[in-house]
Amino acid sequence: MFDFGRPDEEAATGLNNKINRQPLGITTMAEKIVLNGLTKKFGPILAVDNISLSVATGEVLGFLGPNGAGKSTTMRMLTGFIEPTSGTAEVCGLDVTRHPVEIKRRIGYLPEGAPTYGDMTPESYLGFIAEIRGFNGPEIRRRIEAVTEKVDIGSVLRQPIDTLSKGFKRRVGLAQAMLHDPEILIMDEPTDGLDPNQKHQVRKLIREMSADRAIIISTHILEEVEAVCSRAVIIAHGRLLADSTPEELLSRAPDHNAVMITVDTNKSDAVKKTLEGLDAVKNTRSEKTANGATRLVIRPKKGKLIADDVSQLLRSKNIPVQEMFVERGSLDDVFRKITKDGKSAGGGTNA
Amino acid sequence: MRNIAIIAKREIKGYFTTPLAYIFIVIFLAMSGAFAFYIGGFFNREQASLATFFLYHPWLYLMLVPAIAMRLWAEERKTGTIEILMTLPISTSEAVLGKYLAAWGFTGIALTLTFPMWITVNVLGEPDNGVILAGYLGSFFMAGAFLAIGSCISALTKNQVIAFIVAATVCFLFTMSGLELVLSFFRGWAPEILVRTIASMSFLTHFGAILKGVIDIRDLIFFGTLIAFWLFANVIIIDLKKAA
Repeated sequence: MFDFGRPDEEAATGLNNKINRQPLGITTMAEKIVLNGLTKKFGPILAVDNISLSVATGEVLGFLGPNGAGKSTTMRMLTGFIEPTSGTAEVCGLDVTRHPVEIKRRIGYLPEGAPTYGDMTPESYLGFIAEIRGFNGPEIRRRIEAVTEKVDIGSVLRQPIDTLSKGFKRRVGLAQAMLHDPEILIMDEPTDGLDPNQKHQVRKLIREMSADRAIIISTHILEEVEAVCSRAVIIAHGRLLADSTPEELLSRAPDHNAVMITVDTNKSDAVKKTLEGLDAVKNTRSEKTANGATRLVIRPKKGKLIADDVSQLLRSKNIPVQEMFVERGSLDDVFRKITKDGKSAGGGTNA
Repeated sequence: MRNIAIIAKREIKGYFTTPLAYIFIVIFLAMSGAFAFYIGGFFNREQASLATFFLYHPWLYLMLVPAIAMRLWAEERKTGTIEILMTLPISTSEAVLGKYLAAWGFTGIALTLTFPMWITVNVLGEPDNGVILAGYLGSFFMAGAFLAIGSCISALTKNQVIAFIVAATVCFLFTMSGLELVLSFFRGWAPEILVRTIASMSFLTHFGAILKGVIDIRDLIFFGTLIAFWLFANVIIIDLKKAA
Protein backbone atom coordinates (compact mmCIF):
# COMPACT_ATOMS: atom_id res chain seq x y z
CA MET A 1 0.00 0.00 0.00
CA PHE A 2 2.77 2.40 0.92
CA ASP A 3 6.23 2.64 -0.44
CA PHE A 4 8.22 1.43 2.57
CA GLY A 5 11.37 0.32 0.85
CA ARG A 6 14.02 2.76 -0.19
CA PRO A 7 16.49 0.42 -1.77
CA ASP A 8 18.61 3.19 -3.30
CA GLU A 9 19.20 4.86 0.03
CA GLU A 10 19.99 1.66 1.86
CA ALA A 11 22.46 0.62 -0.76
CA ALA A 12 24.10 4.02 -0.47
CA THR A 13 24.53 3.85 3.30
CA GLY A 14 25.78 0.31 3.02
CA LEU A 15 28.47 1.52 0.66
CA ASN A 16 29.40 4.37 2.98
CA ASN A 17 29.86 1.96 5.82
CA LYS A 18 32.28 -0.06 3.82
CA ILE A 19 34.32 2.99 2.95
CA ASN A 20 34.34 4.30 6.52
CA ARG A 21 35.42 0.99 7.92
CA GLN A 22 39.13 0.81 8.57
CA PRO A 23 40.86 -2.16 7.00
CA LEU A 24 42.70 -4.36 9.45
CA GLY A 25 46.22 -3.40 10.33
CA ILE A 26 46.04 0.35 9.86
CA THR A 27 43.87 1.00 12.88
CA THR A 28 44.33 4.46 14.25
CA MET A 29 44.62 5.10 17.97
CA ALA A 30 41.07 6.39 18.13
CA GLU A 31 39.65 3.07 16.90
CA LYS A 32 39.40 1.06 20.07
CA ILE A 33 37.35 -1.85 18.82
CA VAL A 34 37.59 -3.43 15.39
CA LEU A 35 35.55 -6.46 14.39
CA ASN A 36 36.40 -8.10 11.13
CA GLY A 37 34.21 -10.82 9.66
CA LEU A 38 33.37 -12.02 13.16
CA THR A 39 31.44 -15.29 13.00
CA LYS A 40 30.23 -17.72 15.64
CA LYS A 41 28.60 -21.08 15.10
CA PHE A 42 27.12 -23.19 17.87
CA GLY A 43 27.01 -26.57 16.17
CA PRO A 44 24.85 -26.09 13.09
CA ILE A 45 23.41 -22.80 14.36
CA LEU A 46 24.93 -19.64 12.99
CA ALA A 47 24.69 -17.19 15.89
CA VAL A 48 26.82 -14.38 14.52
CA ASP A 49 27.34 -14.10 10.79
CA ASN A 50 30.30 -12.15 9.44
CA ILE A 51 29.99 -8.95 11.43
CA SER A 52 32.46 -6.15 10.73
CA LEU A 53 32.45 -2.80 12.46
CA SER A 54 34.65 -0.47 14.43
CA VAL A 55 34.14 1.79 17.41
CA ALA A 56 36.27 4.81 18.24
CA THR A 57 36.89 6.71 21.45
CA GLY A 58 34.04 9.13 22.09
CA GLU A 59 31.46 6.90 20.46
CA VAL A 60 28.54 5.19 22.15
CA LEU A 61 27.46 2.37 19.90
CA GLY A 62 24.03 0.86 20.43
CA PHE A 63 23.46 -2.79 19.50
CA LEU A 64 19.83 -3.20 18.52
CA GLY A 65 18.16 -6.41 17.62
CA PRO A 66 15.39 -8.80 18.54
CA ASN A 67 16.04 -11.43 21.21
CA GLY A 68 18.38 -14.11 19.96
CA ALA A 69 19.81 -11.84 17.27
CA GLY A 70 23.41 -12.42 18.32
CA LYS A 71 24.04 -9.24 20.33
CA SER A 72 25.18 -11.02 23.49
CA THR A 73 27.23 -13.56 21.52
CA THR A 74 29.06 -10.72 19.77
CA MET A 75 29.77 -9.04 23.11
CA ARG A 76 30.99 -12.32 24.59
CA MET A 77 33.46 -12.75 21.76
CA LEU A 78 34.61 -9.17 22.14
CA THR A 79 35.29 -9.60 25.85
CA GLY A 80 37.12 -12.90 25.38
CA PHE A 81 34.50 -15.01 27.14
CA ILE A 82 33.96 -17.17 24.06
CA GLU A 83 36.10 -17.60 20.99
CA PRO A 84 34.97 -16.75 17.47
CA THR A 85 34.58 -19.56 14.93
CA SER A 86 36.17 -17.32 12.35
CA GLY A 87 37.00 -13.66 11.88
CA THR A 88 38.81 -11.45 14.35
CA ALA A 89 38.04 -9.01 17.11
CA GLU A 90 40.63 -6.45 18.12
CA VAL A 91 40.59 -4.31 21.22
CA CYS A 92 43.12 -1.46 21.40
CA GLY A 93 44.95 -3.11 18.52
CA LEU A 94 45.23 -6.45 20.34
CA ASP A 95 43.60 -9.62 19.08
CA VAL A 96 41.19 -10.90 21.71
CA THR A 97 42.03 -14.60 21.30
CA ARG A 98 45.78 -14.07 21.32
CA HIS A 99 45.99 -11.55 24.18
CA PRO A 100 43.01 -12.46 26.35
CA VAL A 101 44.36 -11.18 29.66
CA GLU A 102 45.65 -7.91 28.16
CA ILE A 103 42.32 -7.01 26.58
CA LYS A 104 40.37 -8.00 29.69
CA ARG A 105 42.41 -5.48 31.64
CA ARG A 106 41.20 -2.72 29.33
CA ILE A 107 37.54 -3.68 29.18
CA GLY A 108 34.76 -3.12 31.67
CA TYR A 109 32.00 -5.63 31.00
CA LEU A 110 28.47 -5.96 32.26
CA PRO A 111 27.20 -9.38 31.12
CA GLU A 112 23.57 -10.05 30.26
CA GLY A 113 21.45 -10.21 33.40
CA ALA A 114 24.23 -8.58 35.47
CA PRO A 115 25.33 -11.75 37.32
CA THR A 116 27.03 -11.24 40.69
CA TYR A 117 28.10 -13.48 43.56
CA GLY A 118 24.85 -13.32 45.48
CA ASP A 119 26.17 -14.39 48.87
CA MET A 120 28.67 -11.54 48.96
CA THR A 121 27.91 -7.96 49.93
CA PRO A 122 28.47 -5.24 47.31
CA GLU A 123 31.41 -4.03 49.40
CA SER A 124 33.23 -7.38 49.49
CA TYR A 125 32.31 -8.12 45.88
CA LEU A 126 33.73 -4.82 44.64
CA GLY A 127 36.73 -5.35 46.89
CA PHE A 128 37.37 -8.69 45.19
CA ILE A 129 37.05 -7.12 41.74
CA ALA A 130 39.40 -4.29 42.72
CA GLU A 131 42.03 -6.73 44.00
CA ILE A 132 41.85 -8.88 40.89
CA ARG A 133 42.14 -5.71 38.81
CA GLY A 134 45.45 -5.07 40.55
CA PHE A 135 44.64 -2.29 43.01
CA ASN A 136 46.14 -2.18 46.49
CA GLY A 137 45.32 -0.90 49.96
CA PRO A 138 43.81 2.60 50.14
CA GLU A 139 43.34 2.72 46.35
CA ILE A 140 40.82 -0.12 46.67
CA ARG A 141 38.75 1.87 49.15
CA ARG A 142 39.01 5.01 47.05
CA ARG A 143 37.84 3.15 43.92
CA ILE A 144 34.93 1.53 45.72
CA GLU A 145 33.83 4.87 47.19
CA ALA A 146 34.01 6.63 43.83
CA VAL A 147 32.06 3.99 41.94
CA THR A 148 29.55 3.52 44.75
CA GLU A 149 28.70 7.19 44.58
CA LYS A 150 28.40 7.08 40.79
CA VAL A 151 25.79 4.33 40.75
CA ASP A 152 24.26 5.28 44.10
CA ILE A 153 24.48 2.01 46.05
CA GLY A 154 25.97 3.48 49.23
CA SER A 155 22.93 2.52 51.31
CA VAL A 156 23.21 -1.22 50.60
CA LEU A 157 26.98 -1.76 50.65
CA ARG A 158 26.83 -4.19 53.58
CA GLN A 159 23.78 -6.27 52.62
CA PRO A 160 24.11 -9.60 50.80
CA ILE A 161 23.53 -8.99 47.08
CA ASP A 162 20.92 -11.79 47.02
CA THR A 163 18.66 -9.71 49.27
CA LEU A 164 18.79 -6.61 47.04
CA SER A 165 16.16 -5.47 44.55
CA LYS A 166 16.67 -5.98 40.84
CA GLY A 167 17.61 -2.34 40.35
CA PHE A 168 20.30 -2.46 43.02
CA LYS A 169 21.70 -5.73 41.64
CA ARG A 170 21.97 -4.19 38.20
CA ARG A 171 23.77 -1.18 39.65
CA VAL A 172 26.20 -3.40 41.55
CA GLY A 173 26.94 -5.02 38.18
CA LEU A 174 27.50 -1.59 36.64
CA ALA A 175 29.83 -0.65 39.49
CA GLN A 176 31.83 -3.81 38.82
CA ALA A 177 32.21 -2.84 35.15
CA MET A 178 33.26 0.74 35.85
CA LEU A 179 35.46 0.18 38.88
CA HIS A 180 38.81 0.28 37.07
CA ASP A 181 37.84 3.22 34.90
CA PRO A 182 38.25 1.21 31.68
CA GLU A 183 38.86 2.78 28.28
CA ILE A 184 36.32 0.37 26.83
CA LEU A 185 32.92 -0.33 28.31
CA ILE A 186 30.70 -3.12 27.05
CA MET A 187 27.30 -3.36 28.65
CA ASP A 188 24.63 -5.88 27.82
CA GLU A 189 21.29 -4.22 28.56
CA PRO A 190 22.56 -1.82 31.24
CA THR A 191 19.17 -0.35 32.14
CA ASP A 192 17.10 -3.53 32.14
CA GLY A 193 15.10 -3.77 35.37
CA LEU A 194 15.66 -0.18 36.44
CA ASP A 195 12.82 2.25 37.16
CA PRO A 196 12.51 5.39 34.99
CA ASN A 197 14.53 7.56 37.39
CA GLN A 198 17.34 5.03 37.59
CA LYS A 199 17.28 4.59 33.82
CA HIS A 200 17.67 8.31 33.42
CA GLN A 201 20.55 8.31 35.88
CA VAL A 202 22.39 5.45 34.16
CA ARG A 203 21.93 7.03 30.73
CA LYS A 204 23.32 10.29 32.06
CA LEU A 205 26.27 8.37 33.46
CA ILE A 206 26.93 6.69 30.12
CA ARG A 207 26.80 10.03 28.32
CA GLU A 208 29.19 11.59 30.81
CA MET A 209 31.67 8.75 30.44
CA SER A 210 31.52 8.64 26.68
CA ALA A 211 33.94 11.50 25.96
CA ASP A 212 37.17 9.59 26.58
CA ARG A 213 35.93 6.04 26.11
CA ALA A 214 34.57 3.67 23.52
CA ILE A 215 31.26 2.29 24.73
CA ILE A 216 29.00 -0.44 23.37
CA ILE A 217 25.59 -1.05 24.86
CA SER A 218 22.93 -3.45 23.76
CA THR A 219 19.30 -2.74 24.30
CA HIS A 220 15.90 -3.33 22.91
CA ILE A 221 14.55 -0.12 24.34
CA LEU A 222 14.69 2.10 21.32
CA GLU A 223 14.26 5.41 23.14
CA GLU A 224 17.51 4.56 24.88
CA VAL A 225 19.31 4.57 21.57
CA GLU A 226 18.10 8.08 20.87
CA ALA A 227 18.96 9.16 24.41
CA VAL A 228 22.55 7.93 24.65
CA CYS A 229 23.93 6.47 21.43
CA SER A 230 25.94 8.36 18.88
CA ARG A 231 25.67 5.41 16.52
CA ALA A 232 23.40 2.42 16.23
CA VAL A 233 23.71 -0.93 14.52
CA ILE A 234 20.80 -3.26 13.96
CA ILE A 235 21.51 -6.97 14.17
CA ALA A 236 19.04 -9.72 13.36
CA HIS A 237 19.71 -13.41 12.80
CA GLY A 238 23.38 -12.80 13.40
CA ARG A 239 23.78 -10.31 10.61
CA LEU A 240 24.50 -6.61 10.63
CA LEU A 241 21.56 -4.98 8.86
CA ALA A 242 22.17 -1.30 9.48
CA ASP A 243 24.99 0.85 10.84
CA SER A 244 24.11 4.50 11.17
CA THR A 245 23.26 7.41 13.48
CA PRO A 246 19.96 7.26 15.36
CA GLU A 247 18.81 10.36 13.43
CA GLU A 248 19.47 8.77 10.07
CA LEU A 249 17.70 5.59 11.15
CA LEU A 250 14.77 7.68 12.29
CA SER A 251 14.54 9.35 8.89
CA ARG A 252 13.89 5.91 7.43
CA ALA A 253 10.63 5.71 9.37
CA PRO A 254 7.62 5.64 7.05
CA ASP A 255 5.93 8.45 9.00
CA HIS A 256 9.05 10.58 9.41
CA ASN A 257 8.05 14.30 9.16
CA ALA A 258 4.45 13.43 8.39
CA VAL A 259 1.86 15.97 9.57
CA MET A 260 -1.03 14.68 11.64
CA ILE A 261 -4.25 16.66 11.85
CA THR A 262 -7.55 15.80 13.49
CA VAL A 263 -10.76 17.03 11.83
CA ASP A 264 -14.52 16.38 11.88
CA THR A 265 -15.27 13.03 10.35
CA ASN A 266 -17.94 14.35 7.95
CA LYS A 267 -15.50 16.88 6.50
CA SER A 268 -12.51 14.56 6.37
CA ASP A 269 -12.88 13.39 2.78
CA ALA A 270 -12.98 16.94 1.45
CA VAL A 271 -9.99 17.97 3.55
CA LYS A 272 -8.07 14.95 2.42
CA LYS A 273 -8.68 15.80 -1.21
CA THR A 274 -7.60 19.42 -0.67
CA LEU A 275 -4.37 18.40 1.00
CA GLU A 276 -3.46 15.87 -1.63
CA GLY A 277 -3.43 18.81 -4.04
CA LEU A 278 -0.23 20.11 -2.41
CA ASP A 279 2.94 19.53 -4.40
CA ALA A 280 5.08 18.24 -1.57
CA VAL A 281 2.51 15.75 -0.31
CA LYS A 282 3.11 12.15 -1.24
CA ASN A 283 -0.09 10.64 0.14
CA THR A 284 -2.53 10.83 2.99
CA ARG A 285 -4.17 8.26 5.14
CA SER A 286 -7.13 8.62 7.46
CA GLU A 287 -7.86 6.79 10.67
CA LYS A 288 -10.67 7.12 13.23
CA THR A 289 -9.80 8.45 16.66
CA ALA A 290 -11.41 7.31 19.89
CA ASN A 291 -13.79 10.28 20.16
CA GLY A 292 -15.26 9.88 16.70
CA ALA A 293 -13.13 12.45 14.89
CA THR A 294 -10.83 11.54 12.02
CA ARG A 295 -7.07 11.80 12.02
CA LEU A 296 -5.35 12.46 8.73
CA VAL A 297 -1.74 11.44 8.32
CA ILE A 298 -0.17 13.54 5.59
CA ARG A 299 3.12 12.18 4.38
CA PRO A 300 5.59 14.42 2.58
CA LYS A 301 7.59 13.48 -0.49
CA LYS A 302 11.13 12.45 0.30
CA GLY A 303 13.11 15.13 2.10
CA LYS A 304 10.31 17.76 2.08
CA LEU A 305 8.93 19.59 5.09
CA ILE A 306 5.23 20.26 4.74
CA ALA A 307 4.04 21.59 8.09
CA ASP A 308 4.05 25.19 6.90
CA ASP A 309 2.26 24.47 3.61
CA VAL A 310 -0.38 22.38 5.31
CA SER A 311 -1.15 24.96 8.01
CA GLN A 312 -1.35 27.80 5.48
CA LEU A 313 -3.66 25.82 3.24
CA LEU A 314 -5.92 24.89 6.14
CA ARG A 315 -6.11 28.53 7.26
CA SER A 316 -6.81 29.89 3.80
CA LYS A 317 -9.65 27.40 3.30
CA ASN A 318 -10.98 28.05 6.82
CA ILE A 319 -10.92 24.41 7.79
CA PRO A 320 -11.27 23.96 11.58
CA VAL A 321 -8.63 21.62 12.99
CA GLN A 322 -8.82 20.04 16.46
CA GLU A 323 -5.13 19.26 16.68
CA MET A 324 -2.06 19.30 14.52
CA PHE A 325 1.45 18.02 15.00
CA VAL A 326 4.51 16.83 13.11
CA GLU A 327 5.38 13.17 13.51
CA ARG A 328 9.07 12.28 13.89
CA GLY A 329 8.37 8.67 13.14
CA SER A 330 9.42 5.99 15.56
CA LEU A 331 12.54 3.88 15.70
CA ASP A 332 10.21 1.00 16.48
CA ASP A 333 8.85 1.18 12.95
CA VAL A 334 12.32 1.37 11.46
CA PHE A 335 13.46 -1.51 13.62
CA ARG A 336 10.49 -3.67 12.61
CA LYS A 337 10.94 -2.82 8.98
CA ILE A 338 14.67 -3.56 8.91
CA THR A 339 14.56 -6.74 10.97
CA LYS A 340 11.60 -8.18 9.05
CA ASP A 341 13.16 -7.35 5.69
CA GLY A 342 16.37 -8.98 6.85
CA LYS A 343 14.48 -12.10 7.76
CA SER A 344 12.86 -12.54 4.37
CA ALA A 345 16.09 -11.73 2.55
CA GLY A 346 18.02 -14.17 4.69
CA GLY A 347 16.18 -17.19 3.37
CA GLY A 348 15.72 -18.56 6.90
CA THR A 349 19.20 -20.04 7.29
CA ASN A 350 18.89 -20.12 11.05
CA ALA A 351 15.17 -19.86 11.65
CA MET B 1 50.22 -16.37 42.23
CA ARG B 2 48.57 -13.19 43.47
CA ASN B 3 45.48 -13.87 41.38
CA ILE B 4 45.24 -17.47 42.59
CA ALA B 5 45.40 -16.25 46.20
CA ILE B 6 42.73 -13.57 45.61
CA ILE B 7 40.35 -16.09 44.04
CA ALA B 8 41.00 -18.69 46.74
CA LYS B 9 40.37 -16.07 49.43
CA ARG B 10 37.05 -15.08 47.89
CA GLU B 11 36.00 -18.72 47.61
CA ILE B 12 36.90 -19.60 51.19
CA LYS B 13 35.00 -16.54 52.43
CA GLY B 14 32.08 -17.74 50.34
CA TYR B 15 32.05 -21.11 52.14
CA PHE B 16 31.74 -19.45 55.51
CA THR B 17 29.12 -16.82 54.58
CA THR B 18 26.68 -19.64 53.78
CA PRO B 19 25.66 -22.53 56.07
CA LEU B 20 27.50 -24.89 53.70
CA ALA B 21 30.79 -24.81 55.58
CA TYR B 22 29.25 -25.40 58.99
CA ILE B 23 26.99 -28.21 57.83
CA PHE B 24 29.84 -29.92 56.06
CA ILE B 25 32.18 -29.69 59.02
CA VAL B 26 29.58 -30.89 61.53
CA ILE B 27 28.57 -33.85 59.37
CA PHE B 28 32.16 -34.75 58.58
CA LEU B 29 33.14 -34.73 62.25
CA ALA B 30 30.05 -36.63 63.38
CA MET B 31 30.35 -39.29 60.72
CA SER B 32 34.09 -39.81 60.93
CA GLY B 33 33.65 -40.28 64.68
CA ALA B 34 30.65 -42.56 64.31
CA PHE B 35 32.43 -44.78 61.81
CA ALA B 36 35.52 -45.05 63.98
CA PHE B 37 33.66 -45.79 67.21
CA TYR B 38 30.69 -47.91 66.16
CA ILE B 39 31.68 -49.65 62.94
CA GLY B 40 35.42 -49.71 63.43
CA GLY B 41 35.17 -50.73 67.10
CA PHE B 42 37.66 -48.09 68.24
CA PHE B 43 37.54 -49.10 71.92
CA ASN B 44 37.14 -52.86 71.45
CA ARG B 45 40.45 -53.08 69.65
CA GLU B 46 42.18 -51.71 72.73
CA GLN B 47 44.91 -50.21 70.60
CA ALA B 48 46.22 -46.68 70.81
CA SER B 49 45.99 -45.95 67.08
CA LEU B 50 43.78 -44.04 64.70
CA ALA B 51 43.73 -46.87 62.13
CA THR B 52 39.99 -47.44 62.52
CA PHE B 53 39.42 -43.71 62.18
CA PHE B 54 41.32 -43.36 58.90
CA LEU B 55 40.02 -46.65 57.52
CA TYR B 56 36.63 -45.15 56.72
CA HIS B 57 37.87 -41.87 55.23
CA PRO B 58 37.71 -43.09 51.60
CA TRP B 59 34.02 -43.97 52.07
CA LEU B 60 33.26 -40.72 53.84
CA TYR B 61 34.99 -38.70 51.11
CA LEU B 62 33.14 -40.64 48.46
CA MET B 63 29.94 -38.98 49.61
CA LEU B 64 31.08 -35.66 51.05
CA VAL B 65 33.80 -34.48 48.67
CA PRO B 66 31.68 -34.60 45.48
CA ALA B 67 29.18 -32.48 47.44
CA ILE B 68 31.83 -29.79 47.90
CA ALA B 69 33.15 -30.13 44.36
CA MET B 70 29.81 -30.17 42.51
CA ARG B 71 29.25 -26.46 42.94
CA LEU B 72 32.74 -25.31 41.99
CA TRP B 73 32.00 -24.68 38.32
CA ALA B 74 28.41 -25.84 37.83
CA GLU B 75 27.14 -23.06 40.08
CA GLU B 76 29.20 -20.40 38.29
CA ARG B 77 27.74 -21.58 35.01
CA LYS B 78 24.20 -21.69 36.37
CA THR B 79 24.24 -18.20 37.88
CA GLY B 80 26.24 -16.70 35.02
CA THR B 81 29.04 -15.48 37.29
CA ILE B 82 31.44 -17.54 35.20
CA GLU B 83 31.06 -14.77 32.64
CA ILE B 84 32.32 -12.26 35.21
CA LEU B 85 35.12 -14.52 36.40
CA MET B 86 36.38 -15.41 32.94
CA THR B 87 36.32 -11.81 31.69
CA LEU B 88 38.51 -10.62 34.56
CA PRO B 89 42.20 -10.29 33.68
CA ILE B 90 43.18 -13.76 34.89
CA SER B 91 44.09 -16.95 33.08
CA THR B 92 41.93 -20.07 33.10
CA SER B 93 44.55 -21.98 35.10
CA GLU B 94 44.59 -19.27 37.77
CA ALA B 95 40.82 -19.51 38.11
CA VAL B 96 40.88 -23.33 38.26
CA LEU B 97 43.73 -23.44 40.77
CA GLY B 98 42.29 -20.69 42.96
CA LYS B 99 38.92 -22.40 43.24
CA TYR B 100 40.49 -25.82 43.72
CA LEU B 101 42.92 -24.71 46.41
CA ALA B 102 40.10 -23.01 48.32
CA ALA B 103 38.07 -26.23 48.31
CA TRP B 104 41.10 -28.32 49.25
CA GLY B 105 42.03 -25.90 52.00
CA PHE B 106 38.49 -26.14 53.29
CA THR B 107 38.59 -29.95 53.51
CA GLY B 108 41.94 -29.47 55.24
CA ILE B 109 40.21 -27.33 57.86
CA ALA B 110 37.54 -30.00 58.37
CA LEU B 111 40.22 -32.67 58.70
CA THR B 112 42.20 -30.60 61.18
CA LEU B 113 39.11 -30.22 63.33
CA THR B 114 39.20 -33.97 64.02
CA PHE B 115 42.16 -33.30 66.36
CA PRO B 116 40.16 -34.35 69.46
CA MET B 117 40.54 -37.91 68.14
CA TRP B 118 44.29 -37.49 68.19
CA ILE B 119 44.19 -36.03 71.71
CA THR B 120 41.99 -38.92 72.85
CA VAL B 121 44.38 -41.65 71.74
CA ASN B 122 47.30 -39.78 73.25
CA VAL B 123 45.47 -39.51 76.58
CA LEU B 124 44.44 -43.16 76.57
CA GLY B 125 47.72 -44.65 75.46
CA GLU B 126 50.96 -44.11 73.64
CA PRO B 127 50.26 -44.19 69.91
CA ASP B 128 52.87 -43.87 67.20
CA ASN B 129 52.34 -40.22 66.29
CA GLY B 130 54.39 -40.62 63.12
CA VAL B 131 51.86 -43.14 61.82
CA ILE B 132 49.03 -40.77 62.73
CA LEU B 133 50.71 -37.89 60.90
CA ALA B 134 51.14 -40.11 57.85
CA GLY B 135 47.47 -40.99 58.09
CA TYR B 136 46.44 -37.33 58.15
CA LEU B 137 48.74 -36.54 55.23
CA GLY B 138 47.45 -39.48 53.19
CA SER B 139 43.86 -38.60 54.00
CA PHE B 140 44.44 -34.98 52.96
CA PHE B 141 46.00 -35.99 49.64
CA MET B 142 43.25 -38.48 48.96
CA ALA B 143 40.63 -35.78 49.59
CA GLY B 144 42.58 -33.59 47.14
CA ALA B 145 42.40 -36.27 44.46
CA PHE B 146 38.64 -36.72 44.98
CA LEU B 147 38.23 -32.95 44.76
CA ALA B 148 40.22 -32.62 41.54
CA ILE B 149 38.01 -35.26 39.93
CA GLY B 150 34.90 -33.49 41.22
CA SER B 151 36.07 -30.05 40.10
CA CYS B 152 36.79 -31.29 36.58
CA ILE B 153 33.39 -32.98 36.28
CA SER B 154 31.66 -29.91 37.68
CA ALA B 155 33.08 -27.91 34.77
CA LEU B 156 31.20 -30.13 32.32
CA THR B 157 27.69 -29.20 33.40
CA LYS B 158 25.59 -26.46 34.88
CA ASN B 159 23.53 -29.01 36.78
CA GLN B 160 24.93 -29.62 40.24
CA VAL B 161 23.03 -32.88 40.77
CA ILE B 162 24.55 -34.37 37.62
CA ALA B 163 27.97 -33.13 38.70
CA PHE B 164 27.52 -34.83 42.07
CA ILE B 165 26.36 -38.19 40.75
CA VAL B 166 28.97 -38.45 37.99
CA ALA B 167 31.79 -37.32 40.29
CA ALA B 168 30.73 -39.78 43.01
CA THR B 169 30.66 -42.60 40.46
CA VAL B 170 34.11 -41.80 39.06
CA CYS B 171 35.51 -41.48 42.57
CA PHE B 172 33.92 -44.81 43.46
CA LEU B 173 35.63 -46.50 40.52
CA PHE B 174 38.99 -45.04 41.51
CA THR B 175 38.50 -46.13 45.10
CA MET B 176 37.45 -49.66 44.21
CA SER B 177 39.68 -50.32 41.25
CA GLY B 178 42.01 -52.57 43.29
CA LEU B 179 39.16 -54.86 44.36
CA GLU B 180 37.97 -57.99 42.58
CA LEU B 181 34.57 -56.37 42.00
CA VAL B 182 36.07 -54.02 39.45
CA LEU B 183 39.00 -56.10 38.27
CA SER B 184 37.04 -59.25 37.40
CA PHE B 185 35.05 -57.13 34.97
CA PHE B 186 38.25 -56.42 33.04
CA ARG B 187 40.02 -59.72 33.56
CA GLY B 188 38.01 -61.67 31.01
CA TRP B 189 39.01 -59.60 28.01
CA ALA B 190 41.55 -56.92 28.83
CA PRO B 191 45.31 -57.54 28.53
CA GLU B 192 47.15 -58.14 31.79
CA ILE B 193 48.95 -54.80 31.59
CA LEU B 194 45.64 -52.90 31.54
CA VAL B 195 44.28 -54.87 34.47
CA ARG B 196 47.43 -54.11 36.44
CA THR B 197 47.24 -50.43 35.52
CA ILE B 198 43.66 -50.26 36.70
CA ALA B 199 44.57 -52.07 39.90
CA SER B 200 47.42 -49.63 40.49
CA MET B 201 45.00 -46.71 40.31
CA SER B 202 43.22 -47.86 43.43
CA PHE B 203 42.89 -45.21 46.12
CA LEU B 204 42.41 -47.93 48.72
CA THR B 205 45.73 -49.57 47.87
CA HIS B 206 47.69 -46.32 47.97
CA PHE B 207 45.90 -44.98 51.02
CA GLY B 208 46.32 -48.34 52.78
CA ALA B 209 50.07 -48.19 52.14
CA ILE B 210 50.30 -44.72 53.69
CA LEU B 211 48.24 -45.83 56.71
CA LYS B 212 50.86 -48.42 57.60
CA GLY B 213 52.99 -45.45 58.52
CA VAL B 214 55.41 -45.74 55.66
CA ILE B 215 55.12 -42.61 53.59
CA ASP B 216 56.33 -43.99 50.33
CA ILE B 217 57.01 -41.04 48.08
CA ARG B 218 55.44 -43.02 45.23
CA ASP B 219 52.07 -42.99 46.96
CA LEU B 220 52.17 -39.22 47.36
CA ILE B 221 53.34 -38.87 43.76
CA PHE B 222 50.40 -41.04 42.74
CA PHE B 223 47.90 -38.69 44.36
CA GLY B 224 49.84 -35.60 43.21
CA THR B 225 49.88 -36.77 39.60
CA LEU B 226 46.22 -37.61 39.72
CA ILE B 227 45.41 -34.13 41.04
CA ALA B 228 47.56 -32.49 38.36
CA PHE B 229 45.97 -34.59 35.63
CA TRP B 230 42.37 -33.82 36.60
CA LEU B 231 43.05 -30.11 37.09
CA PHE B 232 44.74 -29.96 33.72
CA ALA B 233 41.67 -31.61 32.20
CA ASN B 234 39.57 -29.07 34.11
CA VAL B 235 41.41 -26.16 32.42
CA ILE B 236 41.08 -27.83 29.02
CA ILE B 237 37.34 -28.35 29.48
CA ILE B 238 36.75 -24.73 30.39
CA ASP B 239 38.79 -23.54 27.42
CA LEU B 240 37.02 -25.97 25.08
CA LYS B 241 33.60 -24.78 26.26
CA LYS B 242 34.77 -21.29 25.38
CA ALA B 243 35.44 -22.28 21.79
CA ALA B 244 32.39 -24.52 21.37
